[in-house]
Amino acid sequence: MPMGGSDDDSERARRFRDAALPHLDDVYTLARHLLRDTADAEDAVQECYLRALKHFDGYRGPAMKPWLLAILRNVCRAEFARRASSATAPIDDVSDDTEQTPLWHETQDTPETQVLRRRDATTIRRLVADLAEPFRETFVLREIQNLSYREIAEVIGAPVGTVMSRLARARAMLRTAWMAEEEQPT
Amino acid sequence: MTCDEAEILLHALLDGELDAGHAREVEAHIAGCPRCAAQLRSYREMSNAVSDADLHYAAPPALRRRIEAALPQPRATSRRSLLRGFAMGSAVSAMAATGLVAIVLRNDDEQRILSEVVSAHLRSLQAGHLTDVVSTDQHTVKPWFNGRLDVSPPVIDLTVQGFMLIGGRLDYVDGRALGAVVYKRRSHVINLFVAQGANAEHRARTETVQGFNIRRWSERGLNYWAVSDLGADELTEFGEKFEAAMRSSTS
Repeated sequence: MPMGGSDDDSERARRFRDAALPHLDDVYTLARHLLRDTADAEDAVQECYLRALKHFDGYRGPAMKPWLLAILRNVCRAEFARRASSATAPIDDVSDDTEQTPLWHETQDTPETQVLRRRDATTIRRLVADLAEPFRETFVLREIQNLSYREIAEVIGAPVGTVMSRLARARAMLRTAWMAEEEQPT
Repeated sequence: MTCDEAEILLHALLDGELDAGHAREVEAHIAGCPRCAAQLRSYREMSNAVSDADLHYAAPPALRRRIEAALPQPRATSRRSLLRGFAMGSAVSAMAATGLVAIVLRNDDEQRILSEVVSAHLRSLQAGHLTDVVSTDQHTVKPWFNGRLDVSPPVIDLTVQGFMLIGGRLDYVDGRALGAVVYKRRSHVINLFVAQGANAEHRARTETVQGFNIRRWSERGLNYWAVSDLGADELTEFGEKFEAAMRSSTS
């Protein structure tokens, strides 16, 4: 029954477009933050959508956005591997076992300097981009994509406890860099 | 609770991830611990600053087109069956009754694009698809499109003329991103799509596609397609008032 099959295909194509295309900006945003390269990000997003279409029949919801972001993340991991093997662009993959270093760096100064001064968007963007890989990923999924801990755990394929410790470390690292930035304005 | 525990859990508190019992425990610890209180305050400020900085990126229109083109196209038959669904009384059929879509596009493949315009119009009437930015203020809706499109769609308040501005949205027709400005007449939804078009000027012309009236015109490098199941007379009225308002706003 070729007619019925193609009707199904058409319906499937329509459903995929309606479900997946509204999240294009979010997927692209994650790709930019993970890959830190415009051209690579665009390629990864396109690959993500093609893979998502291929696996759409197995998709059982409920949330389309984390599902797409998980696929995008896998595409980015492959890109990391490619970069590592070509060795032209070294990656800064830092493992989680940096737990010995304290999360909170006390500042010796007055309480006033403990207050985070406002930074412009360009500086904040750079500080986030400078975070080491697994921490930046969790940070972006939480602070920019607004995912819940459970959704982040699904996207990165790790337990919620890992999400919590990475997020705590990501914020501690960002804060340290943020304070250093203020002390030595460039 | 120890500071070590609180140091992790205060993030969950900040993110609204704790149940009421644990939230109370962390809050109790923080109330008695200046060091952890300082952390929570500092991280909250940082979180707000990151949020204010808006680290989102809009997908470039070229990427959107590339992906749209790479995906299989739904065929017209499914659009017609969708239309039957509306006609048979889905929840939004009352809205579908008088939606209006104005479109700005290039000139080729008119019939296919007309059909896509109607399809985009139908899509917009599904729950939650109508507006990305909700505002009755043209000075809110117009800047919203900045950076999201390669053109700046004209956003004109036509409330006194009987067409209320209710918001805007990005949409896709013929694989291109374009702006949709959304109006209402009485309880009926009106969509206005805007994208770059040919330079030629075209006088307005009304056609019927899949039961919808489409009023199409071009001006100043923009091609407009107004799509509606309003009667042709009311559609004409919208088009004329929109063009009149455009002329008076730019003269």
